[in-house]
Amino acid sequence: MGVYILKRLLTMVPTLFVISFLIFAIIELPPGDYLSNQIEQLRMQGEQAAIARVEFLRDQFALDRPFIERYAIWVGIWPGPNGFDGLIQGNWGWSFEFQKPVDEVVSGTLLLTVVLNFATILFVYIVSFPIGIYSATRQYSWGDYGFTFLGYIGLATPNFLLGLILLFLANAWFDLSIGGLMDPQYVDQPMSLAKLGSILAHLIVPTIVIGTAGTAAMIRRLRANLLDELHRQYVTTARAKGLKENKLLLKYPLRMALNPFISDIGNLIPSLVSGSVIVSVVLNLPTVGPVLLSALQSQDQFLAGFILLFVAVLTLLGMLVSDLLLAVLDPRIRLGGQAKT
Amino acid sequence: MSVVSIRDLCIDYHSDSGTTRAVNGVSFDVPNARTIALVGESGCGKSTISQAVMGLLPPAAKVASGQILFSDPAGEAAPVDIASLERDGPLMRDIRGNRIAMIFQEPMTSLSPLHTIGDQIGEAARLHQDMSREEAREATRDMLRLVQFPDPDRALDTYPFELSGGLRQRAMIAMALICRPALLVADEPTTALDVTIQAEILKLIRDVQEELQMSVLLITHDFGVVANMADAVVVVYQGRVMEAGPVETVFRAPEHPYLKALLDAVPTFHMDANERLQPIRPIAPKIGGLLSKERAPAEAAGARAGEPLLVVDNISKTFALRQGGSLFGKSQGRVLKALDGVSLTIQRGECLGLVGESGSGKTTTANAVMRALDLDGGSVRFDAGRGLEDIYALRGANLMDYRRRVQMIFQDPFSSLNPRMSLNEILMEPLIIHNVGTSAERADWVRELMALVGLDQRYLRRYPHSLSGGQRQRIGIARALALRPDLVVCDEPVSALDVSVQAQILNLLQDLKAELGLTYLFVSHNLAVVDYLSERVAVMCKGRLVEMGPTSTVVNDPQHPYTQALLAAVPEASLDHPLDFDHLSQTRASQPSAWPEPYRLDADTQPVLVEVSPDHFVCAPGLASPSLKEAV
Repeated sequence: MGVYILKRLLTMVPTLFVISFLIFAIIELPPGDYLSNQIEQLRMQGEQAAIARVEFLRDQFALDRPFIERYAIWVGIWPGPNGFDGLIQGNWGWSFEFQKPVDEVVSGTLLLTVVLNFATILFVYIVSFPIGIYSATRQYSWGDYGFTFLGYIGLATPNFLLGLILLFLANAWFDLSIGGLMDPQYVDQPMSLAKLGSILAHLIVPTIVIGTAGTAAMIRRLRANLLDELHRQYVTTARAKGLKENKLLLKYPLRMALNPFISDIGNLIPSLVSGSVIVSVVLNLPTVGPVLLSALQSQDQFLAGFILLFVAVLTLLGMLVSDLLLAVLDPRIRLGGQAKT
Repeated sequence: MSVVSIRDLCIDYHSDSGTTRAVNGVSFDVPNARTIALVGESGCGKSTISQAVMGLLPPAAKVASGQILFSDPAGEAAPVDIASLERDGPLMRDIRGNRIAMIFQEPMTSLSPLHTIGDQIGEAARLHQDMSREEAREATRDMLRLVQFPDPDRALDTYPFELSGGLRQRAMIAMALICRPALLVADEPTTALDVTIQAEILKLIRDVQEELQMSVLLITHDFGVVANMADAVVVVYQGRVMEAGPVETVFRAPEHPYLKALLDAVPTFHMDANERLQPIRPIAPKIGGLLSKERAPAEAAGARAGEPLLVVDNISKTFALRQGGSLFGKSQGRVLKALDGVSLTIQRGECLGLVGESGSGKTTTANAVMRALDLDGGSVRFDAGRGLEDIYALRGANLMDYRRRVQMIFQDPFSSLNPRMSLNEILMEPLIIHNVGTSAERADWVRELMALVGLDQRYLRRYPHSLSGGQRQRIGIARALALRPDLVVCDEPVSALDVSVQAQILNLLQDLKAELGLTYLFVSHNLAVVDYLSERVAVMCKGRLVEMGPTSTVVNDPQHPYTQALLAAVPEASLDHPLDFDHLSQTRASQPSAWPEPYRLDADTQPVLVEVSPDHFVCAPGLASPSLKEAV
């Protein structure tokens, strides 16, 4: 087991190298960079002194070097102007737009992003499982039709619209401040119980908004998977033993139907980060999504590159976790290689 | 006294398109500690009856009238009418799995792959007899011992996919018997198993029946199983009982025409050479027209029957099993010898039967002949009118020519026809691929083919799903014949079909061979079928050819221990040749290293065929002369 995890972690290293290269290449695809754009602007305004300063910065961040070299310096496998100083050495880069190191820009938002995503995944699973099981076992009943209808509405409603409506209602009924992740008075205060409570209250609306589409899709998939399993022979075998329907359902078909959902954990993470950008903009949430968007727009390459790489790492870890969970749940995967064929 | 007595049972299936009566006024008794066989073709309602007895009818099915009276021989409780109980109510659940238990056809899919054998078997005991986890485990261990598991203690914690099919079915039986039921319902319990495993499982069911004094309701379509297992027989046709009575009467003096027809449709050994099977619904193939005008290509080249058409010479093939092993541990990759020095010759105009159990390499051999896989060694040579040529060296036009001359009929008529193509398109496709004729000629030829397999040409617009299994298999045959091949490889063409349809297809194959001068390589696990159709037979085991010779010689005078075991395990549909359960191979007959000298084969022994009588070859390395050994 330990050997396996170590092996998996080692195979992540080349994967991450490939991903980082692709990210870097794609970010650099548009002509120019943040600083050259700025130089253009300054030149048009005729500010020679400022240009000299920016040229100096270009040199400092090695933006005038060839593409491969820039990439290598960014990763930290090639000496830049300041020697080996890249991602590997723990230097996550400099954000030109915010005039701050990248880690200072994202440290707050990353934590909130992770918290929000975790809450959303929990919400999706907690809501969709009971409904999915209900719909599958009572196929074509009124309840099934009702949940199907609600599910399609959830899939079809634009998230930001739902967000605005919910925000208005929350403000009107529960007196919650519009937007943000906490009431304005707590923003620059140290953490306290009241602040935590405010954060949790503000998490509710975004969680529901970001989670509805996922929940609806998950209900449909669980229902379909479970319906497939319910007609399998081993279910009849269990029934022939005299098991009660509910007990039987949880022990046999549900466990079989779980696999696709566990293998999905790794895939959920990137979609939750990139999928919630619009919602975050609309609801004014300080998550990493809007930061990524603006960084991409202004070609703030080190910031954008770091965020994308961070999501990639999360995804790879998610995949590892789902593979381990699958092995724990399914003996065919755990013992597969030893089985007689 | 009867454990179950069924009275005037009627069961309806309700669907959007109306009501269908699946079971219509069925009455019979299952006496204490006896075996009743419920026999019929697929779709006759026999499984519906068994489901009704178990209270496992699907929601769409309703018992319209009648009773299923269950009187438990163990208690003094008054008889219960199962038909009137709520299917998932506590009363029914108390009987189900406890007093009446069931085993199913497919041992692979009948067990949950995610739970250990011990867990699944012990579950019923914990449910019905209030056993604790430990007690149930103990009871499970006893049960596994009763069904003769090789290592009961270890088996408790194994998963179904780690076991062979036969062991899985043993586990199923242990699961059904753990509460010592009064009645065991066995729904085609051995249909999915190899013939030697089938004999072992049948013996096991008889043994435990004696041990536990329970009744068995055996649902089967196989009269061989019936003759060896049942005390009484109930024959069902379209939801009605056609005939019922003790097994003696049913086999020796069948009265109802349907039963007589069913019995006549089963191929048995001891049939006369020219005796024909009598299908229930015979078909009339029309041979003539275009077919008679255009002579078979082989005859045009001046070839005569009796000459070697295909020579398989010492071919071998190994498959690497999945490398890497388990997720969390190391294990070395294993290799499977699918073919080990197999040599055989098919004469023009004959039918060579290729027999063996699953995993014997018979299908791999067929694929090698089709050039559907790459060989590790040896050669396959074919006479396409230019003398014997190595088919693995053929390229371009010559390879296309070979493909045209060798065609295949597949096992599963359901999955071997593309459901999105009409029959016309299916039969036309080979002609288009090989660019035969103009489109008008092709259309004529397709109609001819339909007549050839006895199908109305109005069916040409239909799609495969609207045909029955037998009709589909006839389309598969017509497709194989579309290019007028020299050699037809039949891979288990009747094993998915009912007895009556099987007879129909076998007769069709026989007629076509005679009329069109075809040559068959007939792959089957069913010795009786091979006996009916083939002039010569080759027996395979674990990738080796163990015996080959004229069919009558091999069947009547088998030399090799494996062939003997195989023949001894075939249940015959006749009371005069019962299975000898006491002398069923104690040793594993399919283990080459366990065969006695001179037949013993170790992993690296070269299999050598020795001619024991004219044309009759047996694999016996111990008998081979030293010079021959060197030569090989």
